[in-house]
Amino acid sequence: MPWTNRFRNVPLSVAAGILLAASLLSGAAPEKHLSIYSVVANYSLTLVQRNGRDYVGLLEVLEPLGKVSARTEGAHWRLRYNNVEGDFQEGKTRARIQGSDYDLGGKFLVENSRGLVPLSSLSFLLPRFLGGPVNLHEESGRLFIGSVGTHFTASLSAEKLIFNFTAPVNPTIATAPGTLSMTFSREPLVAPASPTLTFGSKTIPSASYRESNGAAVVTVSSTIPVMASFSNGARTITISPAPAAAAQNASAPAPGSASPAPAAPGPPASGTPPAPPQPAVAVTNPPPQGPRRYFAVIDASHGGDDHGETLSPTLLEKDVTVALARSLRQELESRGITTLVLRDSDANLSLDQRATFANADHATIYVALHAASSGHGVRVYTALLPYGEDDLGPFRSWTTAQRAWLPRSQTAALAVAAEMQKRQIPVRTLTAPLRPLNNVTAAAIAVEVAPQGSDLSQLTAPDYQQLITSAVATAIAATRDQLGVAP
Amino acid sequence: MIPRHLVIGLIVLLVVALGMSLYAWHMRKTVVTSNVASTDTRPLAPPVAGPTEQVFLFVAHDEDGSLRPESTHIPMPSGRQQRAEELLRALLSIYLDKSSPHVLGPGSDVRSVFLVDPGVAVIDLNAAFADTHRSGILVEEMTVASLIHTVSANTPGVLKVRILVDGKERDTLAGHADLTGYYDVSAVNQLATQLQSAQ
Repeated sequence: MPWTNRFRNVPLSVAAGILLAASLLSGAAPEKHLSIYSVVANYSLTLVQRNGRDYVGLLEVLEPLGKVSARTEGAHWRLRYNNVEGDFQEGKTRARIQGSDYDLGGKFLVENSRGLVPLSSLSFLLPRFLGGPVNLHEESGRLFIGSVGTHFTASLSAEKLIFNFTAPVNPTIATAPGTLSMTFSREPLVAPASPTLTFGSKTIPSASYRESNGAAVVTVSSTIPVMASFSNGARTITISPAPAAAAQNASAPAPGSASPAPAAPGPPASGTPPAPPQPAVAVTNPPPQGPRRYFAVIDASHGGDDHGETLSPTLLEKDVTVALARSLRQELESRGITTLVLRDSDANLSLDQRATFANADHATIYVALHAASSGHGVRVYTALLPYGEDDLGPFRSWTTAQRAWLPRSQTAALAVAAEMQKRQIPVRTLTAPLRPLNNVTAAAIAVEVAPQGSDLSQLTAPDYQQLITSAVATAIAATRDQLGVAP
Repeated sequence: MIPRHLVIGLIVLLVVALGMSLYAWHMRKTVVTSNVASTDTRPLAPPVAGPTEQVFLFVAHDEDGSLRPESTHIPMPSGRQQRAEELLRALLSIYLDKSSPHVLGPGSDVRSVFLVDPGVAVIDLNAAFADTHRSGILVEEMTVASLIHTVSANTPGVLKVRILVDGKERDTLAGHADLTGYYDVSAVNQLATQLQSAQ
């Protein structure tokens, strides 16, 4: 056979091979994901299948949450998260964390220096490393760290289905005939009391909640085309009939109506069958893209392993700062100031992470809250910058990043001090070598709260906390125009 | 019936055993006390002898959160580095005194001070200094300001100061005051002025 004939079929074989590979790939199981929700960050990781189980990289799970490092020593894979050490052995089912042994429920695997643990083991491994509770939805690949969770309610009003969420949301909205589904991948949406909600409406009879592959999905059933619109800072999603369907629906008889049916527009009364229901149409009005910008970032200092000052045998600084942060958030939001609390639970958060979150959010003011047993009243601090490290071209030195914002920080500090004085609270303004004030690229102050007298229990008294936080909030509200000017 | 001399012998042995137990208990207590004394590393009186000099120490006072200059006469060596160390030891002797205005933990000491040209001072504290220090922004920054301002006010040419603990970098003194970078002496001087104005 001539050479040309011998290789005549090669292109065909290659094409067939590509088609076969494509068909095999398209038939492959979809990639599985684990979505992790925490006060610090919400993120998603890819799960891998090993030995018929779902595995995940432990280092990757912990990396966004704090200071973590891992090293391999022979068969041992050692992981250090903040001050907690774990020792894992390749091929072994037991791990040692802080001197205690734990059964992983499957072999520990090392691949390319990545330590892989069975997904199910996260429910008891993470509390040992993080020092706080976690809630793992193993089947659906969702992991909640600490007390995070976005709740929602659904109610029908004037043929509109209104979803109210406890935090801004931005789901992916998709439609199919008779349904509109909202997929929440980034939001820690938690299930309602019942997975199926019924509304007794002909047009929107029900909605259901389910979780799968790292996401929560709310599916709305409808008999007419519907649209979704966002309002209330993306905290409310309204599902309403699309304009054409609304007009059509308005002319249709009301359920249970005894009056004669008016002539409905559309199909002529010629005996032709009615047209099938139109597929639901989603006309979305999504919230602004990109990171949400908060005016104020409130940092409850310390947390997790870092207790701060032990104010009394039963009172830790980290607990007082969280209470103050929540109170300040309430005071600021009641004045119309969007506020992000960096730590709303007993989580470990490094100083670099705190500054990074404040900077990434482009906040206008950062307020670190501290509590102390010494002294009386309140101290308001601005950064005492370390010995100059110069900015390099467009890059700011991390240690002196605050320099350009110091005048605004001082404005805020003086305003807070003035408000304290109005409320007869002893107050001082000082500079302090206190991280991360020097790393923040916004007006940045620290407020250290001490009791007015010698009674430390005043630090936990809601009225004293509110007295302090209302003064801080009033000062921030009064100077918001000055603080918002770019340096 | 037990012979009389055996009963007497038994009683004598019991008395001796009781006496030895009491003696052993007493000796054990004495050893524990002497161990505590041997691990107490509180600084002794300044070792330098000779003519004294007037120096200014900047002493933190917790009662009103102030930093006050106090003039004192202490024997001072001739070397700059040794002078800086003696200044800080004199300052610490005030803080470790029973009537301390700003209490530091027992055993707090300055291991050494290094002066490196141009204008760098490194203060090396011992571990007890940081480990036993009280936590709080104000209380920690008063300590830092007191140390740095005392060195810089009495040692011309110092522009920046680094604080180490046991020869190593430490994140904070006791959870608040940052120890990871060089302190700018001019900024600390301004802080000292703010703290002095509290008087």
